[in-house]
Amino acid sequence: MKHSRITLSLAAALFAATVSFQSLSAAQADTTLLNVSYDPTRELYKDYNAAFAAKWKADTGETLTIQTSHGGSGAQARSVIDGLDADVVTLALESDISAIVKATKKINPDWRTKYPHNSAPYTSTIVFLVRKGNPKGIKDWGDLVKDGVEVITPNPKTSGGARWNYLAAWAWAYGQYGGDEAKIKDYISNLFQHVPVLDSGARGSTTTFAQRELGDVLLAWENEAYLASDEFGADKFDIIVPPQSILAEPPVAVVDGNVDAKGTRKVAEAYLQYLYSAEGQTIAAKHFYRPSDPKLVPADLLKKLPELKLVTIDDPIFGGWAKAQPYHFGDGGTFDQIYKPKK
Amino acid sequence: MTLGFTLAYLTLIVLIPLAGLVWRSASLGWGGMWHVATDPRTLNALKISFGTSLVAALINVVFGVIVAWVLVRYRFPGRRIIDAIVDLPFALPTAVAGIALTALYSKNGWIGRWLDPLGIKVAFTPVGITIALIFIGLPFVVRTVQPVMEEIRKEVEEAAATLGATRFQTITRVLLPGLTPAILTGFALAFARAVGEYGSVIFIAGNLPYISEIAPLLIVIRLEEFDYTGATAIAAIMLIISFTMLFVINLIQAWSRRRYGYAT
Repeated sequence: MKHSRITLSLAAALFAATVSFQSLSAAQADTTLLNVSYDPTRELYKDYNAAFAAKWKADTGETLTIQTSHGGSGAQARSVIDGLDADVVTLALESDISAIVKATKKINPDWRTKYPHNSAPYTSTIVFLVRKGNPKGIKDWGDLVKDGVEVITPNPKTSGGARWNYLAAWAWAYGQYGGDEAKIKDYISNLFQHVPVLDSGARGSTTTFAQRELGDVLLAWENEAYLASDEFGADKFDIIVPPQSILAEPPVAVVDGNVDAKGTRKVAEAYLQYLYSAEGQTIAAKHFYRPSDPKLVPADLLKKLPELKLVTIDDPIFGGWAKAQPYHFGDGGTFDQIYKPKK
Repeated sequence: MTLGFTLAYLTLIVLIPLAGLVWRSASLGWGGMWHVATDPRTLNALKISFGTSLVAALINVVFGVIVAWVLVRYRFPGRRIIDAIVDLPFALPTAVAGIALTALYSKNGWIGRWLDPLGIKVAFTPVGITIALIFIGLPFVVRTVQPVMEEIRKEVEEAAATLGATRFQTITRVLLPGLTPAILTGFALAFARAVGEYGSVIFIAGNLPYISEIAPLLIVIRLEEFDYTGATAIAAIMLIISFTMLFVINLIQAWSRRRYGYAT
C-alpha cells in the first residue's frame, strides 16, 4: 500500500513539473526561432541573428529570440530527424537536408526552389592554407601529391567540409586526366597516402594543422582558412587559392512541419529571405562567405574572395548530390575503395 | 518490493535501450549481420578497439595495483592529493583528456618532441589510442583494488615472513590470491570502459582506415550516412564480444573465489 502511495505522489510531482515547464515555454514560443546549422557558421549567424532580430523588432514590434545550434552537418540533420524542433536548417550539404526530407517529410521536397540560387544564399569554396612563404611551393592540386608533402583534411565520412575537399580534388583530376576514372582514382588514392591524420571534423583538422603543426597544407573552407589565419596570426600562414576549385553551396530551408505546428512560418521565412538582402549578403561576405548576389556588397569586402574557376556539384562530373553522395561516400563508394588494402 | 524496484529500474535504464539496439539490428537478419561482421574494415576496427583496450587494461592492472598498494601502505606528504588525483580521469570530460594528450604527444608537444627524433610516434597511431585508454582506465583498477587491500592487515605479511616466506612468495602466495577477484573486476571495468571509449580516443587516433580506426568511429561513420541499421549492427557485434568477455571474466572470478576463499 505504502508503495503505491509513493508512486502516486511521484507521478503527481512529475505531472506538476511538466505542466509548469510547458506553460513556461508557451509564454515564449511565439517569439523564439531555432536555427539548426553546422560548425563553421558560428560567427556568421551570431552577427546575422542580431541584425535580423533588430530588423524584425523595427518592422513588427515583436521581440525575437533566435537560438542557433551548431555541430557536424550530418549530426545536426540527424537531430532534426530524431525530433529537434528546428524552425530553419542551414546546413553544409544539400544531401543532409534531403535526408531530413526523406526520413521525416517535415520539409517539402521542392525546398530547393523556395529561395534564389538553389536556396543557397551564400557559397564558399575550398582553398589551401600553407605555412608562411609556402616552403613546399604548393600552387595547384597536382602539387599535393609531390614527394614529402603532407596534406591535412578531415574524414569525408564524418565531415561535410571534407566531402567538398574530396570532390574538388576529384574535379581537378577529372580535367587533368580527361575523365579517365582509373587515373582519377589513382590520383585520389595517392592524395590520401599523403594524409597522416583524418580528423572527424573541419575544426579538428584546423587544430591539427595550426596548433599541432602537422602537415604542409590544409584543405579548408575559404572562410575557415581566413578564420584560422586571423586566430593564429597572419604571419604564420598563407592562403593559396588554386586556379580551380569547387563551388560549395550550403543550403537553407524552412522546416515546414515544425513551423506549421509552432505557428512560426512567417518569421522563419522572413529570416531566410533576409539572408538575400544587402545587409544579409554583406554580413556573409564579412565572414568570408561568397555572397550569391555580389552587387549588393561593398566592393572592398569582395577583394579577399578572388575569382577562380568553380565546378558545381550539378556538373556532369558529379551529377548532383543525390548521385555523388552514395557514389563517393556511401558504403563501398570511391572513398572506401581507395583505402581497401591491395591484395 | 526491492526486487521489483531493481528490475523496473534496470529495465528502464539498461534493458530497454539494449533491446532497442538488438531490435534495430535484427532487421538486418543473420546474413546482413554476418556481412557487416566479416567486412575487412569492420574486422580491423574491432581488432584495434579490442586489442588496444586489452593492452591498456593489462598495463592498468600492473600499475594500478602498484599505485593502490603505495596509497594504502605508505604514508608520505601529499598522499591525500595523489589519492584524489587518481579520480581525475573519471571527472575530466573525455574530449578534454583527448585533446590534452594529443597536445602532449604530437611531434611539437612536451613529450612528443623528445620521442620524435628517436623515431617513436605516439599521437595518431595505435600507441596513442592505447595511452588514451590507459588514462581513462586507471581509476577503475585503483578504486576496485584499494578497499580490498585496506582489509589486508600488515600482520598477515609479518606472519608470512616469520614462517620463512620470501618477499616474492608473500606477494604471490599470500597477498595476490586474496586480491585476485578485485583485480579481475578492475580489469573488466577498465577493459569494458576502453572498448566503448570515443571522446578521448578520437583526437589522438589519427582515424586512418585499417590503421588507427576504432570501432566506435565506424559506428559514427555509419550514422553519418544515415545508416542506422549498419550502426546498430556494429554496436550489437561489439556488445556480443564484450558480453562474452565479461562473462568469462566473471567465471574466472567465481572460480578464484572458490579456490582462494572469500577474500572480498
